[in-house]
Amino acid sequence: MRHLFPALVLASLATVASPARAQHAGHGDSAPGADAPIPPTAGEPPHITYGWAPPVEDRMRFNYVLIDRLEFSSGDNPDALTLDAEGWYGGDKHKFWWKAEGEERLEGAGEGDIGVQALYSRMIAPFWNVQAGARYDRTWGPGADLDRAFLVLGLEGVAPYWFELEPSLYVSEEGDVSAEITGTYDVLLTQRLILQPRLDLGLAAQDVPEFGVGAGLNNVEFGLRLRYEIRREFAPYIGVSWVRQLGETADLVRAAGEDVSDLRFVAGIRAGW
Amino acid sequence: MSSSAFSRRRFLRASGALGALAMLQRLAPAYAQAPGGAHAGHVGMAGMAGKGAEGAAGKTSTYDLAIDRAVIDLAGTSAAAVTVNGTVPGPLLRFREGDEALIRVSNRLHGEDTSIHWHGLILPAEMDGVPGVSFAGIKPGETFAYRFPLKQSGTYWYHSHSGFQEQLGVFGPLIIDPREPEPYAFDREYVVLLSDWTFTDPHLVYSRLKKQANYYNRQRATLPDLFRDAKREGWSATFANRREWARMRMDPTDISDLTSATYTYLVNGLPPAANWTGLFHPGERVRLRFINASAATYFDVRIPGLPMTVVQADGNDVQPVTVDEFRIAVAETYDVIVEPSEDRAYTLFAETMDRSGYAAGTLAPRLGMTAPMPARRARPLRTMADMGMDHGSGAGSMAGMPGMAAETHSGHGSAPTPSPARKGHDMAAMADLPKPAPASPPAVDHSTMPGMADMPGMKMPVAPVASGEHAGMAMPATSAPTEVAAPVPHGPDNHGASNSMVAMAPRNRLHERGTGLEDAPHRVLVYTDLRSVRPRPEVRPPDREIELHITGNMERYIWGFDGKTFSEAPAPIAFKLGERVRLTFVNDTMMDHPMHLHGMWSEPENGAGAYRPKKHTINVKPAERLSLDIEADAPGFWAMHCHILYHMEAGMFRVVSVA
Repeated sequence: MRHLFPALVLASLATVASPARAQHAGHGDSAPGADAPIPPTAGEPPHITYGWAPPVEDRMRFNYVLIDRLEFSSGDNPDALTLDAEGWYGGDKHKFWWKAEGEERLEGAGEGDIGVQALYSRMIAPFWNVQAGARYDRTWGPGADLDRAFLVLGLEGVAPYWFELEPSLYVSEEGDVSAEITGTYDVLLTQRLILQPRLDLGLAAQDVPEFGVGAGLNNVEFGLRLRYEIRREFAPYIGVSWVRQLGETADLVRAAGEDVSDLRFVAGIRAGW
Repeated sequence: MSSSAFSRRRFLRASGALGALAMLQRLAPAYAQAPGGAHAGHVGMAGMAGKGAEGAAGKTSTYDLAIDRAVIDLAGTSAAAVTVNGTVPGPLLRFREGDEALIRVSNRLHGEDTSIHWHGLILPAEMDGVPGVSFAGIKPGETFAYRFPLKQSGTYWYHSHSGFQEQLGVFGPLIIDPREPEPYAFDREYVVLLSDWTFTDPHLVYSRLKKQANYYNRQRATLPDLFRDAKREGWSATFANRREWARMRMDPTDISDLTSATYTYLVNGLPPAANWTGLFHPGERVRLRFINASAATYFDVRIPGLPMTVVQADGNDVQPVTVDEFRIAVAETYDVIVEPSEDRAYTLFAETMDRSGYAAGTLAPRLGMTAPMPARRARPLRTMADMGMDHGSGAGSMAGMPGMAAETHSGHGSAPTPSPARKGHDMAAMADLPKPAPASPPAVDHSTMPGMADMPGMKMPVAPVASGEHAGMAMPATSAPTEVAAPVPHGPDNHGASNSMVAMAPRNRLHERGTGLEDAPHRVLVYTDLRSVRPRPEVRPPDREIELHITGNMERYIWGFDGKTFSEAPAPIAFKLGERVRLTFVNDTMMDHPMHLHGMWSEPENGAGAYRPKKHTINVKPAERLSLDIEADAPGFWAMHCHILYHMEAGMFRVVSVA
């Protein structure tokens, strides 16, 4: 994985930089020995010539919403409600993609955070989209609310062996650089009962104490969720999630009087349509 | 849904079974009625068999068809359909070769164009009925008069070429009776039109596939499957197999995009419970005209206890070949003759290729009879051969592959069990062995071979030749056609992001039975069995070869050719009028695709030389390299596409120009 991520980012940048990389229109013309005088394709199609509707509508756009996790969690630290959702609108290759992730602590005077992203998503390989755009974060709780904005460059796709990966690189308005990577894998116990291991990693290049971020690998979250697809679109789940804060981030968490290692029980719903 | 639709539904429920049946019969076309009076699905008169249609040529046969929305009853459930003259399927259109057809099609839909395409008919381009290619389409309230000469005979069908109307019910059978007597005899005949119905709006079906392509696959490999395979095959072989599929991000259970998770499968518009019944007197020869009018379903057809003699494929007579089962790809037709001699019922069973469901009916001497349903078979798996892996080096390592060896080994690697009943299979297996293909001219003229000259007899009664036993005719009919048998390595072009797989060593698979039929313990039709009755008067070598790669990205449900959808490559594929084109398909996907060229016959290079069959639709198997020779004799613009409706709409479509 350590090698894959930078390679993919580089590959994606290279592809974005040369969007007009030519592909052969007719495969035959690239075959050795194909020196036929007649071109494989010629002229314009009749629907253009005559102003008709095209024979097939292969440029339809679709709208997809996935509430990946809407879950309640309970552990050593306060109970919390988490939302992790995303969606897109667009065609096969070009999409507007949005993401939203937030958490509200259910104990005390109300404390939480939300991050939303608006991204342009472009298919760069059979299993990969490159995504670029902006992210806005807001936290609330004791003291004044805080917010900050980021530029985002990320990938979204399926790696060999069916690992769904979502690495993202962020640069805040202050110039702070951070990264997150989420990986999931679906294990089918039956056609409808699915066990999903999930790994979240957070890294930062600089300390940002007001947001509780220390430099380095600052948090690891490993989850195991068991969902039952009542329909493809709707699946309740239960599971566990182990959260570990590391390095300077852990120091900040300790200073706030909370546990840096927390095994949490989770229950929620996954819905996509 | 309108209030009138609701009241009709309520009426259906209130009227009870008898009333519902009456309603059903009224809504179904005459040939499709299940237990119904004297005609009972009968499309022809007993005794007409073997005779050419009488009367002078040149008369005009007229039909009026109205396309409209209606709520029909299917399996006791109301279904919002688009109908032809009020029924699903539409009425049987029957013509005589040499006459002229005049078909007036009226669009009674609101805010939606329609069209009818005459599938497999050779006609002027502007009468072909593809909106955006042949004409503008039929606007609401308009009537379009199709008028064309009938230059051929046989079993065909028609369907809408607009949006998803075909999925919603706009299709029906079309028969052209020949002027000359047919070279086989029969006492009665039935249309057996197979279709797939979904109660879900096809636009929603399509959007689900775009968002999650395996939405309808409820047969994926599970963790318990892994343990079961490991117990049977050992952990190392099991892991090797799973690892290879997972590494390529492909799913061996991906047989059909649409399955019984949404489809109900129909015979002449009737679900299995309604039991479409064709009556016969024991001892009669019954001609069954099979038409696969599905939007996305391949069927494997058999009638347990009754061998079927295939006499026609895609409307063209073929040398009779007797089989116990045949696969009918989307949009193909096969005419078979059966001779039920016993006074009992036979189940007509059309199992879907993915084994998730079936359509079924009954052949019986009397109404109300049924025969046992055959046991359902295990869902098949794609093999590494379907991924286009190099066959020679792959065979050894595949022999011990779990799941495949046990469930679906495709006749290579693992040793076939010797059994007389599996002769066809064994021959296919031998043909699969990696061996150098002997050099051979592109078109072998078999017409000079001894014993062949008198084969195509006009008065010949059904003289069945068992599938896989053409060896008696001293020709390698069930081995791969030699001129294209060797795998051809794939070129350097991987077709971009819209294509997720490249068949490294695509090869000819016309002699193979196909996924899920490899081990069927009986005779199964293969494309190399198809030999036309008459030799072609002249088979000249093709002037030019055009290679087209069938490409797709299943994960995102993108389909096209050479990595491009139609809108990305709208320029017509140019045929020169009068030339003979060899169209070579290379299937870079692990799915079967029924390819259909409008306006001209496709002659698959199946090794039959001058007797090669003429088809309008041909299934291209996963990782197959397959050549069709085409006489470019029909000027104009023509559609060429995959006949899986959702693949076509996603972009697996091209325009061909002949000028």
